Amino acid sequence: MGATKTVTDASFADDVLLSAKPVVVDFWAEWCGPCKMVAPILEEIAAANDGIVIAKLNVDENPQTSASYGITSIPTLNVFQGGKVVKTIVGAKPKAALLAELAPYL
Amino acid sequence: MSGIRDVIIIGSGPAGYTAAVYAARAQLSPLLFEGSVTAGGALMNTTEVENFPGFTDGIMGPALMEQMRAQAERFGAELVTDDIVSVDLTSDTKVVTDGSGNSHEARAVILAMGSGYRELGLASEKRLSGHGVSWCATCDGFFFRDQDIAVVGGGDSALEEATFLTRFARTVTLVHRRDALRGSKIMQERALANEKMRFAWNSAVEEIQGDAKVSGLVLRDTITGELRDLPVTGLFIAIGHDPRSELVREQVSVDGEGYVLVEEGSTRTSLTGVFACGDLVDHTYRQAITAAGSGCAAALDAERFLAASE
Repeated sequence: MGATKTVTDASFADDVLLSAKPVVVDFWAEWCGPCKMVAPILEEIAAANDGIVIAKLNVDENPQTSASYGITSIPTLNVFQGGKVVKTIVGAKPKAALLAELAPYL
Repeated sequence: MSGIRDVIIIGSGPAGYTAAVYAARAQLSPLLFEGSVTAGGALMNTTEVENFPGFTDGIMGPALMEQMRAQAERFGAELVTDDIVSVDLTSDTKVVTDGSGNSHEARAVILAMGSGYRELGLASEKRLSGHGVSWCATCDGFFFRDQDIAVVGGGDSALEEATFLTRFARTVTLVHRRDALRGSKIMQERALANEKMRFAWNSAVEEIQGDAKVSGLVLRDTITGELRDLPVTGLFIAIGHDPRSELVREQVSVDGEGYVLVEEGSTRTSLTGVFACGDLVDHTYRQAITAAGSGCAAALDAERFLAASE
């Protein structure tokens, strides 16, 4: 319980689009400094909230999903509910700001 | 929390971490607030740092910061990945409040909040941020493979970003207000020799076009005032930085641009027991090594202040 989940182009439909819970997808890459800053915050949010799934998608290894959602900047956090994007957060933000933006889904 | 500390450091980056290394080695048990997303500072958005002395073959910016952080921790600095949201620096006991609402007290405070990206100030810039407008070439260059893109700016960071982006893009147009570059000679030569680079001299970005994503720029000739279109799908903004002094501007003296003022030849601010270092005070040099040097000076100034007031 409470850890982030790695998703891929192959698993995206099952793990994200068909998920019963809302899913926050963190589009990230190894070479992105701000992604590394936001990663531990997402781990903390995942550990403290069982009502939501926090998923990580590596844009380097999963170009199809990144392209189909028009990602041009990382980190981008997309919140999926019922297979649709209901919220997009671009750029690294402080924990308090992220929690406020995610509050409706937690 | 646990009583009044000797030193609290606000901000990470080379200045904050170096201050923490020195303060920890001086047995001052520093508490350092790294910032929740700014941890590591400006170097977290860079790639290869080639001019930090001691690294013959260069080092990646984020790796350099990880090492400085580990070094501070090794000597017992307490590092907290949270923001400071308010401060009261005017009394002998300084009080800072973190993003979780906890207050912390100390006899000395070192300010090392660094600087943030400057914006063009266009409405379209905010709207299209993350949809073709970016401040981080190393983060976002990847998404512009084989596309025509632009970088606005004329200094070292603009040249570094533009040169880096040619790895991905088909062409990179550097948009610059003047007809000559400001960056260092080696960066200029690299950029001018790069066959993927184009230059829009005497040009300012008047408007960023595009509904859902960037489709082009309107450039204004800074001499004739003439407007022209530049079709690009991405715009990277590298027009400089502003000091992150909002937190303390009402309490310590700052100059017209918001840089914290320090007594010449020291890191002492207008308030007793408050010291400032790094990009927060530095108009001129703004290098990792100068920031680290001034962080060291701030820790030594704080140490002397504490010893004298005992």
